[in-house]
Amino acid sequence: MTYVKPAFRHPALPKNDLGYTVDYYEGSLSTLCAGCGHDSINAGIVQACWELNIEPHKVAKLSGIGCSSKSPAYFLSNSHGFNSVHGRMPSVATGANLANRDLIYFGVSGDGDTASIGMGQFVHVIRRNLNMVYLVMNNGCYGLTKGQDSATADAGSKNKSGSVNLFEAIDLSSLAIELGATFVAQSFSGDKDQLVPLLKAAMLHKGFAFLNVISPCVTFNNNVGSTKSYDYVREHVEATATLDFVPMMREIKTTYEMGSVKDLTMHDGTGIRLHKLAKDWDPLDRISAINAVQRAKRDGEILTGLLYLNEGSPDLHSVLRTTHRPLNELSESDLCPGSDALAALNDSLR
Amino acid sequence: MNGKNFRETPGGLIPAVKVNDFVVRFANVNGTGSASANALFTKAIFRMGVPLTPKNIFPSNIQGLPTWYEVRVSEKGYLGRREGVDLMVSVNPQSMKKDYADVREGGYFLYDSSKPLPPGYDRTDIIELGIPLMKLANAEYTDARQRQLFKNIIYIGALAALFDLEFSELESLIGEQFKGKEKLIEPNIRALNLGVNYVKENFEHPFSLRVERRDLLGSKILYGGNSACALGAIYAGATVAAWYPITPSTSVVDAFAKYAARYRVDRETGDNNYAIVQAEDELAAIGMVMGASWNGARAFTATSGPGVSLMNEFLGLGYFAEVPTVLIDVQRTGPSTGMPTRTQQSDILLAAFASHGDTKHPLLFPASPKECFEMTADAFDLTERLQTPVIVMTDLDLGMNDHVTNPLVWDDNRKFDRGKVLTGEQLELLSKSMAKMQAEVDEHDLVSNGNGFDTSTASELDAQPLGDQSMTQPLEQFKGKFGRYLDVDDDGIPYRTIPAAHSTKGAFVTRGSSRDEFAVYTEDGEVYRRNMDRLARKWDTAKELVPQPEFYSADGIRLMAEENWTTAGAGGADGVVFFGTSTYAAVEAIQLLNAEGIHLDAMRVRGFPFGQAFREFVDAHERLFVIEQNRDAQFRSLMMIELSVNAAKLVSVLNYDGMPITADNIYRQIKGNL
Repeated sequence: MTYVKPAFRHPALPKNDLGYTVDYYEGSLSTLCAGCGHDSINAGIVQACWELNIEPHKVAKLSGIGCSSKSPAYFLSNSHGFNSVHGRMPSVATGANLANRDLIYFGVSGDGDTASIGMGQFVHVIRRNLNMVYLVMNNGCYGLTKGQDSATADAGSKNKSGSVNLFEAIDLSSLAIELGATFVAQSFSGDKDQLVPLLKAAMLHKGFAFLNVISPCVTFNNNVGSTKSYDYVREHVEATATLDFVPMMREIKTTYEMGSVKDLTMHDGTGIRLHKLAKDWDPLDRISAINAVQRAKRDGEILTGLLYLNEGSPDLHSVLRTTHRPLNELSESDLCPGSDALAALNDSLR
Repeated sequence: MNGKNFRETPGGLIPAVKVNDFVVRFANVNGTGSASANALFTKAIFRMGVPLTPKNIFPSNIQGLPTWYEVRVSEKGYLGRREGVDLMVSVNPQSMKKDYADVREGGYFLYDSSKPLPPGYDRTDIIELGIPLMKLANAEYTDARQRQLFKNIIYIGALAALFDLEFSELESLIGEQFKGKEKLIEPNIRALNLGVNYVKENFEHPFSLRVERRDLLGSKILYGGNSACALGAIYAGATVAAWYPITPSTSVVDAFAKYAARYRVDRETGDNNYAIVQAEDELAAIGMVMGASWNGARAFTATSGPGVSLMNEFLGLGYFAEVPTVLIDVQRTGPSTGMPTRTQQSDILLAAFASHGDTKHPLLFPASPKECFEMTADAFDLTERLQTPVIVMTDLDLGMNDHVTNPLVWDDNRKFDRGKVLTGEQLELLSKSMAKMQAEVDEHDLVSNGNGFDTSTASELDAQPLGDQSMTQPLEQFKGKFGRYLDVDDDGIPYRTIPAAHSTKGAFVTRGSSRDEFAVYTEDGEVYRRNMDRLARKWDTAKELVPQPEFYSADGIRLMAEENWTTAGAGGADGVVFFGTSTYAAVEAIQLLNAEGIHLDAMRVRGFPFGQAFREFVDAHERLFVIEQNRDAQFRSLMMIELSVNAAKLVSVLNYDGMPITADNIYRQIKGNL
């Protein structure tokens, strides 16, 4: 890692529609290991936000504890962040979202933070279809405590110390689909071309968008025999589709081979164009998505891309029928019933 | 036989007459509809202007186990529990033997005489009143559920006749209860009359317990602490409630939901100006509260001891990351699952120091439903003013029982105190002020005042229009750069910003790890220590912001708030310290002792940390009786920890059987130590 973040930017950096160059979306200097997959994902987040013309202060970044959860400091320095406690990011995100429904809630977690200590909150935030992006930087190990296996490490995977994991892995994407997540995607930190459009779609999805991104730990889990190493993942990735994110109102000029293209429309009119590779798979059909993931698992492949999408289901605010004004903007006159109501209440208690 | 409970008559000894001064205990089976019938009895006496205090003594069970409802009627206005049952209404065969034994000498045992009392029920020092409740109900009603429900109403009718309750009060209460379901009024009144008539036709000798109308309650109301806490949250503008069901706090959120549906639904759109989430556990519940508070909404959760145990990690985060949080702890009997439906004040140390590391939390101790309302509302102001979790320490007795309390009041001019929050405009101004100040420094080459800035710029800045006029002061102290954890006011409380306040200014990462004044992660020991010292300064600030103690003179009369015990009280050598639901019984015990010439000053604690007034009271007395409802004298420990009070000076008066403490008990313990 470097110790000083270079201030120099190329003067000809392109600007997005808001007039910002991409560096406006960066965060502070990463303290993660050189080559860490998480840094690639952070760069992808920066890129996606820049391309989407997102105003950084309209994003709230949330995380738990671990290497992955340090990440929110490394992108969008003009966004508020909340690096909370281990495995509890979903509850903090839920409260934050309830307080102001107008922001984009971007949650970053790891495999330990989600699949072990945070499993309880993870499954329940999915149930509630909270309108947020939940990104797991999945490296199959505990980095900060020096490489112990996590609950997403595959059975038989060998870690740096040579010990072989004896327990079955928890497949977070299957679980998310099973629990009713309305957007489930899988990707690889080394595949920015796939990751960036997925991030963009996830941020525009209204509902719970889950991204499970395999993000190798270069220090503790990048050895021969590990199923979360860069080499292993590159060899075993099978993309469901190549995809483009299609902004609203923008004409699609490229032509694609007929019969292999599927357009998915997001709630705000933007879309994802999938160039399908996997057979017998329909991302709008939950059963089909589950089957595709299970088949890939059986064959020792890591299925990547958008696995499942359900654009219509109501998010938590819709279910609770909360006002369209952010709750944190309501004032005394909106909230306090006043002394007359209290006098009436006193009367009813005599 | 004790002569004081009986009086001699030509016909022999009969119980002494007690007007507006007795205890009735109802022994019921839970799940049989007795609660609403018993509440009729309470409300009728309340409407006759006589002070009383009802207590639910119930099992952790849905149906079939013994449950008791105890009503103490006290013309003198003593609202604590009193030992000794003057009348037992026994309708539960399961607990009958013990209930029979629990009647005080000279008392009454009212039972269902549809079946004769079994052998062994042969006390001669009590009077048995047999009423064939089941037979009466069976003869009148055919439906099984109706028979069960009206059996309860029949005994209320019998009690009305025995105690001489005003029948019209019962009639109007039933009318109110079944408003909209008028069909049910007649059968209820009929059941009441069955009881009344049976008593009139079958009992000859005069009943010695009597209720007489008084005008002792004025505008007082009968209200429960949990409902009052919920209402306080509504009035204080809480918009997010996250919770996990747990007795005895569940009815806080139930009541919040009820009031929110009444007061917070937009009439035009039908949309809710609130959100309630039943979380997966208490960890998530408080996590949601912190997320919402961090994002600028007012949020709260309610739980009991086991929930507070789970919330420890978040409470530590709230302390260290300085996130407002309102937590209502309705204490129950611990440890572990303990006795979930019994009361205790045993979360004191847990709540005060919840979480690892050097943490401590302000606590509020309401003693009445009115204070539950006020302190919950105040807790929202305090938590935002102090930017730290604030815990309202109520208990099962206060929360789940109705209490006679003063009417609730609200000042319509009251504004929510959101504490030190910088708006986008202020952030803008703050950096502009730097540029301006810098320009002036450059231009005039001013003599430095030590901070590098001319103080004359301050007044000019003060004149700037701001979102919140009260916050004109700190801007120049920031020296142009917002720092989330800068102590610019020297009170330990920094300024926060709410997400999305400004497009380029004021954003930072909130975290539970060490950071510097500008919220940047650091492992620099000196910076860490500086932050911990600032948090200690904030704690000092809190001491005078939390509700201050209330003082009582030696005869137990509450002193005016502005008076200090030293000026108005006796200033004796011995003092009494108590808080929360021990108050009623403590005041009564002080009066009992006073009548015997034992004069004690008293202090009711209303908040933690302890401020100057608290310390003065402690210092001015040679010995202090500390009354609390737990085994380990936790509050006494808290006094020793916080103020280094000499242990020998603090004498514990304890109660930990799960029942609300009684004046008799306090009296005995203090007297035994004098």
